[in-house]
Amino acid sequence: MIIRILGEGQLTADDGLARVLNELDARLEAAVSSGDEAAFRPVLAEMLERVRTAGTPVPADSFEPSDVILPYSDASMDDVRGLLSEDGLIPG
Amino acid sequence: MSVVKRVSLIFKAKANKQLDRLEDPRETLDYSYQRQLEMLTQVRRGVADVATSRKRVELQMNSLQQQQTKLDGQARQALGSGREDLAREALTRKSALQTQISDLQTQYQSLQADEEKLTAASQRLQSKVEAFRTQKETIKATYTAAEAQTRIGEAVSGISEEMGDVGMAVQRAQDKTAQMQARAGAIDELMASGALDDVTAQPNDDIQRELDQMGGGHDVDRELERLKGELGQGEAPREIEGSASGPAGNGQSAAAADQPQAGDGS
Repeated sequence: MIIRILGEGQLTADDGLARVLNELDARLEAAVSSGDEAAFRPVLAEMLERVRTAGTPVPADSFEPSDVILPYSDASMDDVRGLLSEDGLIPG
Repeated sequence: MSVVKRVSLIFKAKANKQLDRLEDPRETLDYSYQRQLEMLTQVRRGVADVATSRKRVELQMNSLQQQQTKLDGQARQALGSGREDLAREALTRKSALQTQISDLQTQYQSLQADEEKLTAASQRLQSKVEAFRTQKETIKATYTAAEAQTRIGEAVSGISEEMGDVGMAVQRAQDKTAQMQARAGAIDELMASGALDDVTAQPNDDIQRELDQMGGGHDVDRELERLKGELGQGEAPREIEGSASGPAGNGQSAAAADQPQAGDGS
């Protein structure tokens, strides 16, 4: 599977990583819906670290779209809400 | 739906919307390539802006550190002439400057990290754009407009995602840089007005001010003890001209401590 960490580029990893990501994603969802920033940050950090460890960078001449796109490493919950908004990618 | 799935879907939808598709897919390739070159220019400009901002913060840090050294010297001088009140005042101001310096250090590290990330993003995009240009020419030479449709769709989707990612990184860096420029401008103004010399002029709320004073007070006491210790073991208290009669006003005293006196530095 191909995973993009926003701000860091694309990585390719074994499909087995999806199970780990899904578990972490459920915890991320719980943190976001309860507005728990303190719980949110470490889960996001762990998620990105797992991907960085398991993945290898996608070569420059590959133009495959990502299966999963993850928020940038210093994203707050507000930033993630921004990512989920319908506004354009680049404001203004 | 989970957070990650929603982020992925919405990001892709937005990235794809960025690029208008033209009727002839081969024209879409050329158009996309033009947009990529523009994005490369933007990201390079972004790197330069962040670097400028970082250098400005660095200059401010140096200047505040020099001011701290000066205040430290004044405290020594004042203590040497038996003016503990003046020494305390100088050390209080020195302690207040430390807050600004720590804040600038945090900003500096943050800008440095941004600069590294953007530089990496710029290099990544450049490799992608070069690869895209090669593929674009191959596709145009090999396929008819109809056949090229699928291949082009994939390449353009992939590069749109990259462009959306890099574009967002540039935008975030610019927003942050603009915020820091505003703060840096405020510090420049404070420095020019001399307000940073005066600990009571800090724009904090009452509670914070009291807390700062408590924390600052301990630092000042510790510093005073340290200086006393140094002076006690080392040299004898230095004479400062006119210190026996002593000027009446506090402002005048500060001014007197500001300037090296005739008896100083023997």
